Amino acid sequence: MREAGKGAGAEPREDDVPDLATLSGAGLVSGLRKGDAVTVQSRTTPAVSFTLNGAPIEVAVEAGVSLLDLLRERLDLTGTKKGCNQGACGVCTVLVDGRRVLGCLTLVAQLDAREVTTIEGVGTPEQPHDLQRAFIGADGFQCGYCTSGQICSALGMLRELADGVPSAVAEHVAAQPGSSELEMRERMSGNLCRCGAYNGIVDAIAAYADAAGGHR
Amino acid sequence: MIPASFDYVAPTSVADALAALAEAGDDAKVLAGGQSLLPILRMRLNAPEKVIDLGRIEELKGVSEDGDHVVIGAMTTYADVLASDLVRQHAGLLTDAIAEVADPQIRHRGTVGGALVHADPAGDVGAPALALETEFVITGSGGERTVAAADFFQDLFETAVGEGELLTAIRVPKHTGWGHRYEKFVRVSHQWSIVAVAATVRVDGGTIAEARIGLTNMGSTPLRATAVEQALVGKAATDEAVREACAAAAEGTNPPSDLNGDSDYRRHLATVLARRAVLAAAGA
Repeated sequence: MREAGKGAGAEPREDDVPDLATLSGAGLVSGLRKGDAVTVQSRTTPAVSFTLNGAPIEVAVEAGVSLLDLLRERLDLTGTKKGCNQGACGVCTVLVDGRRVLGCLTLVAQLDAREVTTIEGVGTPEQPHDLQRAFIGADGFQCGYCTSGQICSALGMLRELADGVPSAVAEHVAAQPGSSELEMRERMSGNLCRCGAYNGIVDAIAAYADAAGGHR
Repeated sequence: MIPASFDYVAPTSVADALAALAEAGDDAKVLAGGQSLLPILRMRLNAPEKVIDLGRIEELKGVSEDGDHVVIGAMTTYADVLASDLVRQHAGLLTDAIAEVADPQIRHRGTVGGALVHADPAGDVGAPALALETEFVITGSGGERTVAAADFFQDLFETAVGEGELLTAIRVPKHTGWGHRYEKFVRVSHQWSIVAVAATVRVDGGTIAEARIGLTNMGSTPLRATAVEQALVGKAATDEAVREACAAAAEGTNPPSDLNGDSDYRRHLATVLARRAVLAAAGA
């Protein structure tokens, strides 16, 4: 597997990272890895403390900054992708307190004391998560742009299934959720794949869920 | 796609939120779950001076029981209402409809109160709230007042919540034992309703004793299909009887025309979806 940014002719990522003196103006208190590329303006910059991929982080960014822009533009965690930026495509799905939400429709200011997990916290190129392996095994992608969102969403979805959260395709919403392919497609309906790799995505999630002995 | 700058406050009590609202006047927008407001700010359809985030007010969250009512705090997320046994048992129509709202990601942050005050006629909670004769608890500096569902929705994106006021809870009368079904017509699963019909009925010995029908996206507000409700009373829950009663589903409506369908098409959809919803709700 080729690492992001290490392709032929690409400069090493480290060269892009400005020094800390430049960064102090970005309003980040700690956990900083990249300079400020966002021009959001706000008169208030609420300080927010939360947990990001298991590590505590404290930031003070303008009130209008989304979690998605914080991750990508300021922390250089570019595994979370930006698609429509208005809550329609699901590409920026991350987990907050184990629940799947959209990074583009969450303000950093709303994250105080929460626990955020992005694809970087799910697995690494060296040690991929079993669900990531299952996506590779089942060809659960073509271009790969929606994949990190699909994987975070699937992890949240399997937890919802285990918790008995109702869905619209069940015969009665009050019934214990079933495990049909239709059910899984409904539960993953917030994540679009414009390559149309849906069959592989469903196969990957099913294979992972079966191997994990979990619900499906 | 970057919002205009704004001041941000996140009070931890309703009293503090009302004070912030009074201070900012009509330059403020109230942030509930943000699943509609954040796109609006980003597209600069609105540029408030101040955003008042209700997300840290614990007293506005949760589902509880109060005699003949189920009380849902305005800041309760769709996901928490969907998971609520109380709602499922006593107001199953709301559970049905919320299972159809957008997608799971949106449902984890979007709130029932936020959606009701936003009052998009294509939103999925207005029609069931109307059909269930929900009471809306509105709090202002002068205290609480309760508004009936019929008076809450006033026009496109307009409700009875006035300047300086907040919707703090909804009180849903228990419809224990009533059948229910939300029939939503869309092209793709997480789309806004082209048309949807919310039906809840009480069947007694094979006969429909009471029926309440709400319509989504058939006008500038959610609507009650009162003609259908009246026509259903005393009828057997058969395909033929229900079909006949539901022919009046579009009576008194003024549905929009857009790329998804013109108003005549929506009128037709309303009759079809009403029949399906009522038959399913009646267990027929």
